[in-house]
Amino acid sequence: MTNDGHGGEGGGTALLDVRDLTVEFRTRDGVAHAVNGVSYRVAPGETLAVLGESGSGKSVTAQAVMGILDSPPGRVTGGQVLFHGRDLLTLRREERRRIRGAKMAMIFQDALSALNPVLSVGAQLAEMFRVHEGTSRKEARGRAVELMERVGIPAARARVDDYPHQFSGGMRQRIMIAMALALGPDLIIADEPTTALDVTVQAQVMDLLAELQRELTMGLILITHDLGVVADVADTIAVMYAGRIVETAPVHALYRAPAHPYTRGLLESIPRLDHKGRRLHAIKGLPPSLTAIPPGCPFHPRCPLAQDICRTDPPPLYEAGPGRASACHFWKETLDGAR
Amino acid sequence: MAPGEPLLEVRDLVKHFPLTQGVLFRKQIGAVKAVDGVSFDLRKGETLGVVGESGCGKSTLARLLVGLERPTSGRIHYRGEDITALSGRALTSVRRNIQMVFQDPYTSLNPRMTVGDIIGEPYEIHPEVAPRTDRRRRVQELLEVVGLNPEFINRYPHQFSGGQRQRIGIARGLALRPEIIVADEPVSALDVSVQAQVVNLLEQLQDEFDLSYVFIAHDLSVVRHISDRIAVMYLGRIAETGTDEQIYDHPTHPYTQALLSAVPVPDPEARAHRDRILLSGDVPSPADPPSGCPFRTRCWKARPLCAEVVPPLDVPPEFRESTGPAHHASACHFAEERHVVPSE
Repeated sequence: MTNDGHGGEGGGTALLDVRDLTVEFRTRDGVAHAVNGVSYRVAPGETLAVLGESGSGKSVTAQAVMGILDSPPGRVTGGQVLFHGRDLLTLRREERRRIRGAKMAMIFQDALSALNPVLSVGAQLAEMFRVHEGTSRKEARGRAVELMERVGIPAARARVDDYPHQFSGGMRQRIMIAMALALGPDLIIADEPTTALDVTVQAQVMDLLAELQRELTMGLILITHDLGVVADVADTIAVMYAGRIVETAPVHALYRAPAHPYTRGLLESIPRLDHKGRRLHAIKGLPPSLTAIPPGCPFHPRCPLAQDICRTDPPPLYEAGPGRASACHFWKETLDGAR
Repeated sequence: MAPGEPLLEVRDLVKHFPLTQGVLFRKQIGAVKAVDGVSFDLRKGETLGVVGESGCGKSTLARLLVGLERPTSGRIHYRGEDITALSGRALTSVRRNIQMVFQDPYTSLNPRMTVGDIIGEPYEIHPEVAPRTDRRRRVQELLEVVGLNPEFINRYPHQFSGGQRQRIGIARGLALRPEIIVADEPVSALDVSVQAQVVNLLEQLQDEFDLSYVFIAHDLSVVRHISDRIAVMYLGRIAETGTDEQIYDHPTHPYTQALLSAVPVPDPEARAHRDRILLSGDVPSPADPPSGCPFRTRCWKARPLCAEVVPPLDVPPEFRESTGPAHHASACHFAEERHVVPSE
């Protein structure tokens, strides 16, 4: 990811380069501006964490990148999604489908509803090879077993004909990972992959994902609301708020000293495992409705640093140090205050 | 009541849900042992945190405490009186003092009722608490107490955000001026920034009304923050219990250690030098729990003894002489201290 967050020139090493993406939803209450000019880049082998609360646009951005946006009501109204340098948004439906699944794959939060309940997991895995690579039935089945073994499902050969409901939550999530990996993608988008899992199982699944990514040097976009998970695995973070990226930074720098008041508020509002503390520093108020995003900086009604300029002028992404950017007029003050 | 005296004493509480087979001639073929012998005390003004993964029985425990389920065996003493033996009017009057806040603010509020009706509904069952003419004023007071605009009394739940709905649920829990609130995952469904607001509210209400909480959650960081004492549950039993310092900084039960070590810590610096214990496998089914120690199938320390003898929840012999923080109840035959949470 570059400092200006706009992909920069050249861009030879980027696997995925999202530029100025905007997505709208038509709703009964008017147009919801779900994504408002989001840019990010992912290099091969890099893990980008997209952090945000519900309604921040983090999942919608990913859906637009994958080309699985519900449309209507959703619509990409601007921007580019460059994958290996090709703009996916200009491709025909058929071309796009060939890339999706084979070259970029997605892992969803809820494996039980993402998997087909009336097909055995083996059949679902084998289908990938049969449809995309024209593999024979027998060979596809063999590769399905291999994949299940690879993601750590015990007794894979015996369980290949089991149905999704016969697996535990953690095992189902492993099967989702297996499906995503099946065709050797260059990019994986994982949308809250461990949120529905218990913490001991979450750790297993996260470790597996990180290990596979390293081994296969894939790009990984990890979409999450969990600051703990991000700290454990990410290289770079993009924090989203009201459909915008408000801060991007290398993971260590961001946790050491956030450059946006929203990021700082998030970090201060989570209780810690390692000490008790007393009162939590809650961010006041609520995230805005996407049909009525406040003018100027969308965070200003909740921001402790807000001045007049914040109410009128939307802040650009300021360069705030090596590899980092902040969409705050007072990023310098925030950064200094955090140090 | 003298300070430190227990308000609630739970002894050997058991809840088994029968598994049956057949339609015409139903016969019991087994039981889901959701809660399988749980004992603890709750003192006045104190918060007991109950943590555990899904299926450990923590939600069933909550429902037993507020009387939504009848225990299979065991006792719950409230101010010295066994409430599991009560029925009818006597039970109703005790229940007034033990109220519940639910996890999901989206399904726990009736969408067809106004906020005023929802918060005021407890007064229909306990009219002695507030005369009819006084209810509206009381509901408005409660709205104010939980940080909502009292003018919202005629609005419907869908007009509120998740955090605001949870405040409505809390106001309903407070309506009868209970002494004990059992909160089952009250902040799990909320966003981080809103979660902190609700946690702060719960703490403020506790000071204001001298409430005792049983705070049930799977998020170990939130539990540490809010609790005075903590009970770690596994497969229907308490594995380890103690103060927050004893449990988090000096755990002696291997399950607690594994659980704590798996929590992602929001600090990338801690990534490299953390003591990670990766457990293999999943929690066994409570319909068919392992013999002896329920954790032995996932435990790296398990020995033949663990399959034969259920470890009692007591201070382990090796720490009985100790005056340090390792001196607390831990249901493990081979308890030993291990630091897994990185200290600052």
